[in-house]
Amino acid sequence: MIERFVSVIGQAAMVLLFSPLIAGLGKALKARLQTRRGPGVLQPYRDLYKLLRKGMVIPDTASWIFPLTPFVLFSTTLLAGLLIPAVSAQAPLSLFGGVLAVVYLLALGRFFLALGGLDAGTPFGGLGSSREMTISAIAEPALMLAVFTVALGAGSTNLSSMAKAAVGQSWHFLAPSQMLAFAALFIVLIAETGRIPVDNPATHLELTMIHEAMILEYSGPYLALIEWSAAMKQMVLMTLLINVFFPYGLSADASPLGMTVSILLFAAKLAALASAVVLVETANAKLRLFRVPELLAVAFVLSALALISTFLFGSRG
Amino acid sequence: MWPLRELYSAGLGAFALGIAGGIAAHFGLRSAQRISSLFSVFALIGSLLEGAAAVGGLRSGGAILWAVPSGVPYLTYVVRLDALSSFFVLTLALVGAGVAVYSAGYGKHGAAAKNPALFGALLNLLLAAITLVFTAGDVMFFLIAWEAMVAAAYFLVVTDHEQAESRNGGMLYILMSRAGTGMLFVGFLLLAAPAGSTDFRALHFTGQHLPGGFGSLAFLLLFLGFGVKAGIIPLHIWLPAAHPVAPSNISALMSGIMIKAGIYGMARVFFDFYGALPVWAGMIVLLVGVISALLGVLYALMEHDLKRLLAYHSIENIGIILMGFGAAMLFRSYGHPDLAALALIAGLFHTLNHAIFKSLLFLGAGSVLHATHTRNMEEMGGLIRRMPATALYFLIGAVAISGLPPLNGFVSEWLTYQALLGGFGATTEIARVAFPIAGALLALTAALAAACFVKAFGIAFLALPRSASAAQARETAPAMRAGMAMLALCCVLLGLGATWFLPVFDPITNQAFGIAAGHRLVSGNGAILSAGSAASGTVSTLMLAVTLVALSALPLIIWLIWGRRGRSVTGPTWDCGLPGLTSENEYTATAFSKPLRMIFSVLFRPRREIQAEYEISPYYPKAIHFESEIEPTFEKNVYEPLKDGILRVARRVRWIQAGSLHAYLAYIFVTLILLLLFAVRG
Repeated sequence: MIERFVSVIGQAAMVLLFSPLIAGLGKALKARLQTRRGPGVLQPYRDLYKLLRKGMVIPDTASWIFPLTPFVLFSTTLLAGLLIPAVSAQAPLSLFGGVLAVVYLLALGRFFLALGGLDAGTPFGGLGSSREMTISAIAEPALMLAVFTVALGAGSTNLSSMAKAAVGQSWHFLAPSQMLAFAALFIVLIAETGRIPVDNPATHLELTMIHEAMILEYSGPYLALIEWSAAMKQMVLMTLLINVFFPYGLSADASPLGMTVSILLFAAKLAALASAVVLVETANAKLRLFRVPELLAVAFVLSALALISTFLFGSRG
Repeated sequence: MWPLRELYSAGLGAFALGIAGGIAAHFGLRSAQRISSLFSVFALIGSLLEGAAAVGGLRSGGAILWAVPSGVPYLTYVVRLDALSSFFVLTLALVGAGVAVYSAGYGKHGAAAKNPALFGALLNLLLAAITLVFTAGDVMFFLIAWEAMVAAAYFLVVTDHEQAESRNGGMLYILMSRAGTGMLFVGFLLLAAPAGSTDFRALHFTGQHLPGGFGSLAFLLLFLGFGVKAGIIPLHIWLPAAHPVAPSNISALMSGIMIKAGIYGMARVFFDFYGALPVWAGMIVLLVGVISALLGVLYALMEHDLKRLLAYHSIENIGIILMGFGAAMLFRSYGHPDLAALALIAGLFHTLNHAIFKSLLFLGAGSVLHATHTRNMEEMGGLIRRMPATALYFLIGAVAISGLPPLNGFVSEWLTYQALLGGFGATTEIARVAFPIAGALLALTAALAAACFVKAFGIAFLALPRSASAAQARETAPAMRAGMAMLALCCVLLGLGATWFLPVFDPITNQAFGIAAGHRLVSGNGAILSAGSAASGTVSTLMLAVTLVALSALPLIIWLIWGRRGRSVTGPTWDCGLPGLTSENEYTATAFSKPLRMIFSVLFRPRREIQAEYEISPYYPKAIHFESEIEPTFEKNVYEPLKDGILRVARRVRWIQAGSLHAYLAYIFVTLILLLLFAVRG
């Protein structure tokens, strides 16, 4: 019981405290790749601290949905972070829900965020909400099919079982079904976290933005919660990708040495994946909104191929 | 001992009192207006009593209540409350009770106010007829109850018969229903003839033993016949025409429970009358489910009429239910009763859940319609401030229908996913690939549904009012709010308490597959839902909800530590420097769904027309006229040619109806001779 409690607190603290670092790492690396000096790695922490201490302007047209949204978003994202295995194959709250619960908790947060975007009545909020719901909807089948392919191999939608099944097999990730599913999920990751080429997190040009348009009316602590949730969501999805496909080094026991090694490995893998996202972001231009469905269709085809190769070569193949 | 028979007949008696009293009041009393809410009380009492009877039926595993011979050949009044019937009667009771309470406040409004007593009588008649449909244990008796239901619903749809839209919707509904009943008639005859009996008990597991192609033919006819009522695509076109024009409490009953009569019929046929069906049968049901779900939600997204939008969502959810049913049929064909039981539970649970949240949403739409006098979402807006209670209940329904945790829609969709995933291991044929793909399309459907309800709630309830009538909207009567509150509470309880509800399905799966599967889905300390060994996975909506509430305290704490310095002020929304934000700046429902209209333009074939008037330069338009419409694919490409064909044939054969009595007598004579010959030969 105590052990369970410690692991919940530990993972919650890790998701809360490390997620801004990953966001900061990405920003710093991107600046370097664009030969800018850019902000420091710790800039997101400074931003959050500053926003939390600021005052807020609440639109006079908004209802109680507007203040509720940051809390719903924050708690659903954090809870999703507690359902996935991070440094240990056993996720802290694994029994409360598997990968379906993770996907649907994030969807619940998005549902309220989109309502929050519409609540103030500005056209930008509506524009952002409309695009966010559209893109997440067409990303959904690719996401689910890829997840299903992995779940079928593991025989469970429970993420801890999926990670354990993957740990047990060396060179598992070289199987065609795994590589295809990983490619599909990588595209979905880019779409879901609002990176180039789907959305540009750095823009405030109204015709190109999606996520930023939705949260345009938020300020101060509410904005801090939303930014923080976005960082956590990115970390949750990256962790999902890492530990389902490359779970090597997940600690099997709770010994201090084993935990330290797996925490370091986990951090290294997160950094590597974040760098890959940044490389994609730097090397590509943003797609026109109506080209995004084509990209996500590619993801769906990749995951369908992953499924079919599972059928052809067997789930362990 | 549960007094099954007494409760059941008392419930029907309450409905009968409502019918008789309503008719008497309509013709006898001029002041029927004053006692109109009395008929809702009868409906409420009847629903509650039937609900109690259904609980008894589920506990005892079911019983024959009556078997009274009528004196007419092949017609016996068999009333049976077995597990499956009890489950559907329970669904009816929950929906009926909520709608009855709501109706007590609603009767004074709209078209129903013109003949409140007659309206009350028809409401009771509809509930009584559906109860009989669910409990009839004999083919002929079932069809009689079925037709009574169709007729009662027709009269209720055309309540507002001064509007052409109502008359047309009602006509389309009755035409399609007649076609459906025709198919049911033939299907049941094919099924009952070899069994030599029309009693449902005699038909148990007989379908697959029919000679030759008759088994398949009967299956197809019954599937299509019930499919018309359920609203499967492509037989759905009456549904978005008839549901929105009915008074809203009737829309709630129709979408909530009446289309479930089609689902009940399918469950009865697929899992009671037929044993293991061939694989293609299950595949057809699964495919129709996927298509109905996906197209239903896509058409819903394009609607700006709040009630039509909800009607299309009924088609979507019928599709999700049929995905569960189709999977269950396939698993039985492949010889996996445990998986089949899981899939059947998923389908049936979604039937109940959809009944509750859809009637809740229709009641909410009714309140909005009453307050704003429009069904057009583009003329609503800002209602959350003027109708806070309605907005809250509608939001609960919207979260539930979008399949989001921790409400009831999530639980049944989760079960459907688990069943579909388990299907991959059920066979080694290529057909196994169909299950995860169906799961992925279910995910797409659910995500689109979420988008649609962000649109529905966001455009109708949030931001600024988009018309004068929306600005003057007022909260609805207490009884209407109470009815919605009851259904919203059901959404929450069935979501959080799903594990305590699941054992209800034990007798049903036991009857169909010989496995009491419901309680096996509960693991741990009773709060955790587990998909079982075949398709592993766990979820606990209760624990998720508790943790969510606990975690949302965290930002409050963080805020209290650091954030107290800042001051929160309310200010005007930024409007790009224009003089004040007005409703004309707001994003519209049309704009919201535009990206999806573009992405799925192959299906929608959208057409738009923009006319602008300029005065000085093209940058300063004086007036803009925008028109956008999508092509009604099925109406145009399937039903138009069909209608033309029927009319052409009718013109050809018109000469038979010559108007001469002698000719008609000759027809009768010839028919008689032919029948006699047939009888002698046979």
